[in-house]
Amino acid sequence: MDDAQPFDEKLDQRRRKGLLLGGVFFLATIFGLVVLLTLMVDVVVKGGQWLDWEFLTSFPSRIPENAGIESAIVGSLWMIGLTAVLSVPIGVASAIYLEEYAPRGWFLKLIQININNLAGIPSVIYGILGLALFVRFMALERSLLAGALTMALLILPIIIISAQEALRAVPSGVRESAFALGATRWQVVWSHLLPVSAPSIMTGIILALSRAIGETAPLIMIGALTFIAFLPESIMDQFTVLPIQIFNWTARPQPEFQGLAAAGIIVLMIALLLMNLSAILLRNYFEKYRVR
Amino acid sequence: MDVPQTFHGATGPAIEGFPDRPDLSANVFRSPKERAIEVALAFCALVSVLTTLGIAAVLVFESLNFFAEVSIVEFLTDSRWTPQFAEKHFGIRPLLSGTLLVTVIAAVVAIPIGLMSAIFIAEYAPVRARRVLKPGLELLAGIPTVVYGYFALTFVTPLLQPIVPGLNVYNALSAGIVVGIMIIPMVASLSEDAIRSVPRSLAEGAYALGATRIEVVLGVMVPGAISGIIASFILALSRAIGETMIVTLAAGAMPNLTINPAESVQTMTAFIVNVSLGDTPQGTVEFYSLFAVGLVLFLVTLGMNFLANIIIRKYRERY
Repeated sequence: MDDAQPFDEKLDQRRRKGLLLGGVFFLATIFGLVVLLTLMVDVVVKGGQWLDWEFLTSFPSRIPENAGIESAIVGSLWMIGLTAVLSVPIGVASAIYLEEYAPRGWFLKLIQININNLAGIPSVIYGILGLALFVRFMALERSLLAGALTMALLILPIIIISAQEALRAVPSGVRESAFALGATRWQVVWSHLLPVSAPSIMTGIILALSRAIGETAPLIMIGALTFIAFLPESIMDQFTVLPIQIFNWTARPQPEFQGLAAAGIIVLMIALLLMNLSAILLRNYFEKYRVR
Repeated sequence: MDVPQTFHGATGPAIEGFPDRPDLSANVFRSPKERAIEVALAFCALVSVLTTLGIAAVLVFESLNFFAEVSIVEFLTDSRWTPQFAEKHFGIRPLLSGTLLVTVIAAVVAIPIGLMSAIFIAEYAPVRARRVLKPGLELLAGIPTVVYGYFALTFVTPLLQPIVPGLNVYNALSAGIVVGIMIIPMVASLSEDAIRSVPRSLAEGAYALGATRIEVVLGVMVPGAISGIIASFILALSRAIGETMIVTLAAGAMPNLTINPAESVQTMTAFIVNVSLGDTPQGTVEFYSLFAVGLVLFLVTLGMNFLANIIIRKYRERY
């Protein structure tokens, strides 16, 4: 068949072009993963030597050898806990109202557009809101509560959107059969929809909180401090969090402090990894119980 | 308690003569408890509306304090931004140009790489590879921005310094590149969704006419998804404009009316953060300038998000 007349003389050329571009597309795809890997290796190489038990259990210090992140870790835990308490009930309740109660119409559409837009507003703007509303107007000062309220507003749209998707994924047969047995709307929600969609809602909440744990700008705006040599004991105390500590160390010119920043990043990334992992495991574990 | 229980857990009066039977004519769907729950849930949904109103109110009213001392004309036309100097100038153009410069560099990085990744994941990758690649890219999106800022300042800038002559320690180039890397997953994932929503039959029709895979992708699938792809670019760039920590750490704090990416610039977001980091006394005009810049930033990002939504709704090919 060697001397057979090809149907398209340029076919080889067209195929070569396809192969070449396919290769370029592949390289572009793994570019992101290569950067991710580079970032991780860089951080571990620079920060590994600073990461020890003393680092985890010391307060920030002007002397790099003595500096640690105890107040930042405790501050971040307070912040996440408080943010979750404030944002989860309101977020899930909003989603239930929008999906199960609100009459379809322009008003619902307006709220929905509003929530989608809120998710696209830069986080530093939420910081401005927190500064003006919570710190100055409500006079909460630079407290954990002011920070958590700001963070709660920031992640509220994320929680609402993911909870709405979770509720929408529940087959309508579940609702209809419950209604058919005479259940009221709230009984349908409470005893059917929430248990069925709980794993997906939980996954969304964990991912939203993992966004909150890494946010820096809004908390700088409301004035979270860096040199905190005490642990917060109430929600009205001043505080610092891990990302702010990392920011402060990175901004210093001395290489020792950048090493400390890298060590802080390792801790932050491990925390994020654990949260993401638990979200994935949760989703996979409950996948087999899913109502179809 | 001799209040009879109904099937619904709601309470109603028993029918006379039949104390053990609940009154089924009572409308439990309109019981006070059900109404109260509905109102409480609606109130929660209102919080998100109040957030938007709160943001708009804070930005507008606090900006009024600023515009009481600085005219809008000066704000928009003066080419100097020197709030900290003795001779104060409040012209936002240097901040706008800094933001624009970083965003353009980010776009140059993110748009081609993001779109090519989207094409690869949607059209080339086998199912099993897609299952690894998509979450891998999403990991990139989940990294805190302060970590990216650290990466830009301590890794990318030293890496570029031997290549780019005259590169400042704080420069728009490495900040822009890293912002671009940050938004790659957004471009890739939204564009991929758009490409995958083009019906398979169009691709198969093209294959049947003898097109190669690359010709199908570039000639049919990408044009078919172009509205979604462009919307993904706009949304990602709006994210780049609002990005704060990378530019604060890596681009510097010099309001600089320049298009030279090797120089230090200050973006709108970096200015906002720097004012609150410093010891600017509350109530001064420097302090209120933060709200005016925030208002501009808010309007720009909001406008871009709306534009993206309009493009998706108006120009979508309907199959």
